[in-house]
Amino acid sequence: MMEPGCVAARSTQLGLSERQVERSVRRRRWQDRVMQALMVLSVLVVVTPLFSLLIYVGQSGIRGLSLDFFTHLPKPVGVPGGGMANAIVGSTILVALASVVGVPVGVMGGIFLARSHGRLADAVRFVAQVLNGVPSIVVGLAVYGLLVLPMKTYSAWAGGIALGMLMIPLVTLNTEEMVRLVPRDLNEAALALGIPAWLATLRVVVRTALPGILTGIMLAVARVAGETAPLLFTALNNAFWHQGLSNPIASLPVTIYTYAVSPYEEWHQQAWTGALVLVGMVLGTNILSRILGRSRYDRR
Amino acid sequence: MSLPIHQARTVNRGDRLFRGVLVVFGLLVLAVAAVILDELGQVARPSVARYGLGFLTGTQWDPIQQRFGALPFVFGTVVSSAIAVLLAVPLGLGVAFFLSELAPRWLRDPVSFLVELLAAIPSVVYGLWGIFVLVPLIRALEMKIVASGLGFLPIFSGAPYGIGMLSAGVILAIMIVPTVAAVSREVFRAVPGSQREAALALGATRWEAMKVVFDYGRAGIVGAVVLGWGRALGETMAVNMVIGNQPVISLSLFSPAHTMASVIASEFNEAVVPMHVSALAEIGLVLFGVTFLLSAVARILVIRVERKARGRSAATGVIGA
Repeated sequence: MMEPGCVAARSTQLGLSERQVERSVRRRRWQDRVMQALMVLSVLVVVTPLFSLLIYVGQSGIRGLSLDFFTHLPKPVGVPGGGMANAIVGSTILVALASVVGVPVGVMGGIFLARSHGRLADAVRFVAQVLNGVPSIVVGLAVYGLLVLPMKTYSAWAGGIALGMLMIPLVTLNTEEMVRLVPRDLNEAALALGIPAWLATLRVVVRTALPGILTGIMLAVARVAGETAPLLFTALNNAFWHQGLSNPIASLPVTIYTYAVSPYEEWHQQAWTGALVLVGMVLGTNILSRILGRSRYDRR
Repeated sequence: MSLPIHQARTVNRGDRLFRGVLVVFGLLVLAVAAVILDELGQVARPSVARYGLGFLTGTQWDPIQQRFGALPFVFGTVVSSAIAVLLAVPLGLGVAFFLSELAPRWLRDPVSFLVELLAAIPSVVYGLWGIFVLVPLIRALEMKIVASGLGFLPIFSGAPYGIGMLSAGVILAIMIVPTVAAVSREVFRAVPGSQREAALALGATRWEAMKVVFDYGRAGIVGAVVLGWGRALGETMAVNMVIGNQPVISLSLFSPAHTMASVIASEFNEAVVPMHVSALAEIGLVLFGVTFLLSAVARILVIRVERKARGRSAATGVIGA
């Protein structure tokens, strides 16, 4: 902000009349206010769709919410009732499979990144970051080539592995960050007590970082639980209870998609309710991990 | 003979084993990228061999006649993501500026949390909301445009369906705003506090100080935009649900269209001709290549700002804000 004394000083410096300077200050101040207002406005514009979405999903979804939704199989069009129990179970199985693939590789990869320097570490970090930006549908295509073609069938395995591949970069990058946040002194203190470096890393450094690492895993799980595109041609879908991991399996997102693009009113209702359950799970996990993740080593 | 401590430690067998295990997992991360590339390449090979570069410039997509040209999808992807970037970049920068320079502490955390939630919502839910909420809104807007007599312009030609390029662009914009905002905020944060303080000390207004911050972080901002653009290119479900899914090249924003990601999602399971599968996989390969490249470029740009900031603050002894 320009103080009056400042205006006088500047006018003499620049050889301008006091009025001219005052006018320019007024113009700049006005511009400043307009730009600040635009920034506040952009925040409002950005959060509006979020509220609209939450309101619609809540309002429309709650109408179809009942115990049947969680315990029954889908019914054919025209038959009232029915639920998405198979899809909820299917999603749980797929996410569990994904975690079996994604968590160990992600966590160990992250520890590797945090504990190494040099070209290999740089390459791994770079590839992980870039994999993060690769569309999930592309990963689905790759797993189609990797598993569906040789096995000659869509399967829970393929779906789970596709989701797991999507988890790897998320977990890796987060784990690295969390391990790096652990103060060096802890590591050095452990080494000073004479335990080998690998034990110091695992029992002291990684254990200290564990809450953050777990938070990252939860967020990655929430993220892949909502993925649809990579499941379209790996896990496919199934209107019944799943029949083993080598067969197609239903999932909540794919079922929502199928129902949403169908022409039937009842199915649209089911899609909204499915979306409510899915959004509830995803946002619940996000909020929960926020609360749990507020550790001593939280950033800033 | 006694070894110096640090050498003695590297001899420890447990450490060496642990190191080996870690390296293996690091290599596994690289292997994931290699497997994706390799598998896509294999499924796409027949199509690559048969159509060559003409694949990307061909305008016909006819599975029955086995004529596969991907230009309509490339066009749809480029235009829809361009609309998204045009809408999302000013908004995302506004949010990032608000969060890093303007907002008081008590407001900063809830707002950034809300914006992050936007990124956490699954694509298919955006699509559902898009079909039943956004598309009717866009249709009303389109009817207004037509009624106002602007319909003679090529970009507003055609019937106002609501579904189409405009809806896809808007929904993509909503989905990439969090990326643009988060990365630019990261960049603004990396700009040393001394830059702002210097500007303010010279009598700059808040906005003028922000322009200084913006200038300092320009490479990183470009990185944020490129990253958002990459996201928009690969976004699948929501686009698939509102874009109309027709392989047409039309100047009109009202026209139904198709993107590379959405055509894979909608046709892959119905593809019975092997060449059709292969052509779709080739589209996936192109998408992989483009998004890989964009995200690499974006990362490099963002890292450059962070490095510059670190170097500068180390040199002057100022710890970055």
